Amino acid sequence: MSRGRGRRYDCIVVGGGHNGLVCATYLARGGRSVLLLEAAERLGGAAVTREFAPGFSVSACAHLLHLMPPALRRELDLARHGLALAGDDVPTTALDADGRHLTYGPRDLSGLRARAAADAESYATWQAQLRRLAGALHPVLSATPPRLGTGTWRDRARLLGLGLGVRRLGRTDMRELLRIGAMCVHDLLEERFGLPLLKGALALDAVLGTNLGPRSPGTVMSLLYRAAATRGAEVLQQPRGGLGALSAALAGAARAAGVEIRTGAAVERIAVREDRAAGVVLASGEEIAAATVVSNADPKTTFLKLLGSEHLDAGFVRRVAQLRARGVAAKLHLALDRLPEFPALGAAALRGRLLVAPSSDYIERAYNHSKYGEFSAAPMLEVTVPSAADPQLAPRGAHVMSVIVQYAPHTIAGGWDAQRERFTAAVVDTLAAYAPGLRASIRATELLTPADIERQFRISGGHWHHAELALDQFFMVRPVAGAAQYHAPVRGLFLCGAGCHPGGGVMGLAGRNAARQVLREAA
Amino acid sequence: MGSKQHDAIVVGAGHNGLVAACYLARAGLKVLVLERNAYVGGAAVSRSLYEGFTYSNCSYVCSLLRTEIIRGLDLAQHGLQIIPYEGGCTMMRTGEHLAIYDNHDAMRRELARHSRHDAEAYDRYVRDMLRHCRFIKPLLLRAPPDPTSFKPRDIRELLFLGRHFGKLGEARMYDTLRFFTMSCADMLDEYFESEIVKAHLAGSSIIGTALGPRSPGSAYVLLHHYMGSIDGAVGAWGFARGGMGAITQALAASLTASGGSIRASAPVAQILVRHGRATGVVLGSGEEISAPVVVSNLDVRRTFLETVAPEHLPGEFLQQVRRFKIRGSSGKLNIALDGLPHFPAIPPGSPCTRGDMHITDTLEMVERAYDDWKEGRWSRAPYVDMLIPTQIDPTMTPDGKHYMSVFVQYCPYQLAEGEWTATRRQAFGNTVIDAIARHSPNFKDLILHAEIRTPRDIENEVGLTEGNIFQGELTFDQLLFNRPIPGYAQYRAPLKGMYMCGSSTHPGGGVMGAPGANAAHAILRDLGRMQ
Repeated sequence: MSRGRGRRYDCIVVGGGHNGLVCATYLARGGRSVLLLEAAERLGGAAVTREFAPGFSVSACAHLLHLMPPALRRELDLARHGLALAGDDVPTTALDADGRHLTYGPRDLSGLRARAAADAESYATWQAQLRRLAGALHPVLSATPPRLGTGTWRDRARLLGLGLGVRRLGRTDMRELLRIGAMCVHDLLEERFGLPLLKGALALDAVLGTNLGPRSPGTVMSLLYRAAATRGAEVLQQPRGGLGALSAALAGAARAAGVEIRTGAAVERIAVREDRAAGVVLASGEEIAAATVVSNADPKTTFLKLLGSEHLDAGFVRRVAQLRARGVAAKLHLALDRLPEFPALGAAALRGRLLVAPSSDYIERAYNHSKYGEFSAAPMLEVTVPSAADPQLAPRGAHVMSVIVQYAPHTIAGGWDAQRERFTAAVVDTLAAYAPGLRASIRATELLTPADIERQFRISGGHWHHAELALDQFFMVRPVAGAAQYHAPVRGLFLCGAGCHPGGGVMGLAGRNAARQVLREAA
Repeated sequence: MGSKQHDAIVVGAGHNGLVAACYLARAGLKVLVLERNAYVGGAAVSRSLYEGFTYSNCSYVCSLLRTEIIRGLDLAQHGLQIIPYEGGCTMMRTGEHLAIYDNHDAMRRELARHSRHDAEAYDRYVRDMLRHCRFIKPLLLRAPPDPTSFKPRDIRELLFLGRHFGKLGEARMYDTLRFFTMSCADMLDEYFESEIVKAHLAGSSIIGTALGPRSPGSAYVLLHHYMGSIDGAVGAWGFARGGMGAITQALAASLTASGGSIRASAPVAQILVRHGRATGVVLGSGEEISAPVVVSNLDVRRTFLETVAPEHLPGEFLQQVRRFKIRGSSGKLNIALDGLPHFPAIPPGSPCTRGDMHITDTLEMVERAYDDWKEGRWSRAPYVDMLIPTQIDPTMTPDGKHYMSVFVQYCPYQLAEGEWTATRRQAFGNTVIDAIARHSPNFKDLILHAEIRTPRDIENEVGLTEGNIFQGELTFDQLLFNRPIPGYAQYRAPLKGMYMCGSSTHPGGGVMGAPGANAAHAILRDLGRMQ
């Protein structure tokens, strides 16, 4: 076969999203020759900063950093490669229709104490317990999931380790973990708190990024998952320059490790020779050989498009086809000609995130619509005004508003083209109820629906986490049973993205875990 | 004060209480069952609420009653006869229908009428469901282990569970894990494509439950309703001849035959405790009856929040009891009919009206019915489980007349608009009757009498908190070693000599008898009286 540049690499990483970059870096540090191929002109996947209106830039999807473990950032030396923070430990404000907003942070419960002393007490207790539970679960995120029933010492050791980690919590915490692990967050919040505004805010954290409502069993798990990433630290940060700056720093670390990076190089398919991965073929026709191929693309794209079902057994293909990956979050970007005014809200709050989730029931109602291919006129929102702390994102005096909206079904009755305007209007109307002058200050808008995210970032279904985060698509069965240890059923092919354990969010652990697995296994 | 000494008192003559009492009596204990109502049976009763008609006015069909219990307690000798019913159907508003046949080939042909793909998938579905049934069956008559304990019994039980799970083999283990954590809708999507098929099958995932078919964990509830059997036919359902009361009447007869006794119209006001031990009970009349073993068939909230003085129980335990979720989500209509209603959607001569009938077009309709419940309303388009047992059982009504049992999801215990008044109850009943009438033009004309039961009515009559038929939600946080309270999932209360035997305990509700049998087992073990 033609050799293109004539070089054969040890590893090709398909896709330069944050997990791909992390994976490539660890592979290179492990002594492999690595080529990373990204179809877009820019690295970062959905973790990019883009100009959506002249002079106005915004993080395309996630707009805050909070799941990437500090240890991982240190290992990758991201600070040296340019990652700086415009905001660190920023507060959360739960917006209230009557203007009695609740601002709180992991270390600042004064607002909560003033509003509902009993809840503040409960919250402190809950945080402490969450940290303990998260501490026990954190090692699970950083390890390849064990396989069941293999009888190998490694799998047995992993399962035993998991069991012991849980046991070491002690009787009370262990019982609570076993009890709440698969519970719905609505019930958990009802047990512990009274203030609807607080319950709404915490429920938002549990359902953000999931296709579930607060009353769906499994939503406590997503809360535990978030907490486990940082051992319960829950510190929100805003990178200077948006999430694109994180990706740039990751790229810097990758290059420093010796990874060769090519952008604008779309991979058309993964080459298979004698039942093993042999490299990739680009859309341009160029073929590049490698002993190992690691895909940062989502599992459906990887297996059904890049690899092709002819290389997989029918049962596996069916499981991948049935993998649920329907995007559910939309992003609305507003270019504003002035700072939005939320009456009764101080400047510090605007540098954090604002939540429109006045109660758990409110969120459940928004969720109800999504089950039927509809959207709610009262959506759940996570809002940031990144330009407040990072003025470079907008012209002087002007501002950017970045809004994560749930629930926006991937396939909407009537089609998104027909519904975009109404949807945008519904979000703006919801915001305007809290910030009266907002509409008048809007100069431009950009709406990214799950369908847009699918197209622009090449993610099947437009789901930010590559596959829905649900109990039956988690841990030992993520993305599917038989491919939960990063290697595909085809030798030499691996996955390293959010569709693998531990899952989505800008975390980077999937990438690191996958690299470690490759280094352990592949020649 | 005081009656003759009993070895054990069972509070509540529901089916589990009677089962527990039977096993204790057979082991030689002198057992007394105390029942608040004038009749025994709890929610498994046949009541004549309209002249000449017998209603199974709460539970209405039988499948889950463990064969081991039927045989072990000689219930057939004591008059219990369960007639399997054939068929069933779901009718659509378009006039189309899906008929259910016991015969596998007939069922495939019927499915093929709607979707070839689904007819093919049906074999796989049944095979997988049977595998899940086989997996869960051995766990029903075993006490759950305490995973935090180092006691040999718990370690052994954990090892047993581990090995039992391991025997599935790697691929099947993942399938099982997924099945137990999925929503019914997602699970069915992996087999079937046609809405009517999915809507029909999804019904079992919501019966008695405050979940919708899209709620993770509802696939388990479907299994819970599938795992019964009659005469070895797994998944079969049947009618108890004479109504559901026949089951508890047979249990009562079996109990008396073993030397046990029952007192009806004897409400227990309190369980007596001294020095951390249960010593007996005091009735509403003030009469005290002593016994070293007291077994409560009441749900866990009624037991510990109403029948035991709080100073005897650990504060944290009480807090956990208060947290135990018992949510009313079901209503019931019991209807006396002057004849058999005509359902035009069903071809004449078809046996499928002799089974469970439903009126749903799509899974979405069922999920929307759940959305209504979340808002504190009864469902505008309710899901119904309708049966006319008198087509097979002639003993319940006069000749030519019929009794229809209608189980309804969803109906809230507490309405958002206020209390359940007679007007609102009637409005709820009308919603259901109107829905059925849309599929049966002569239905309303045939109605002689309709008893409408909201969760509150069920609670008042039967003593089930919020009218929840399982004595507590069947969600992961309340199953197995979490049921009813982590650390108290082995039938023992935090007081010496006191036990729980109702559906609030493993393996949960439905007319199963397993909680009662397991509780008796635990009691006998504690007494050193194992058989």
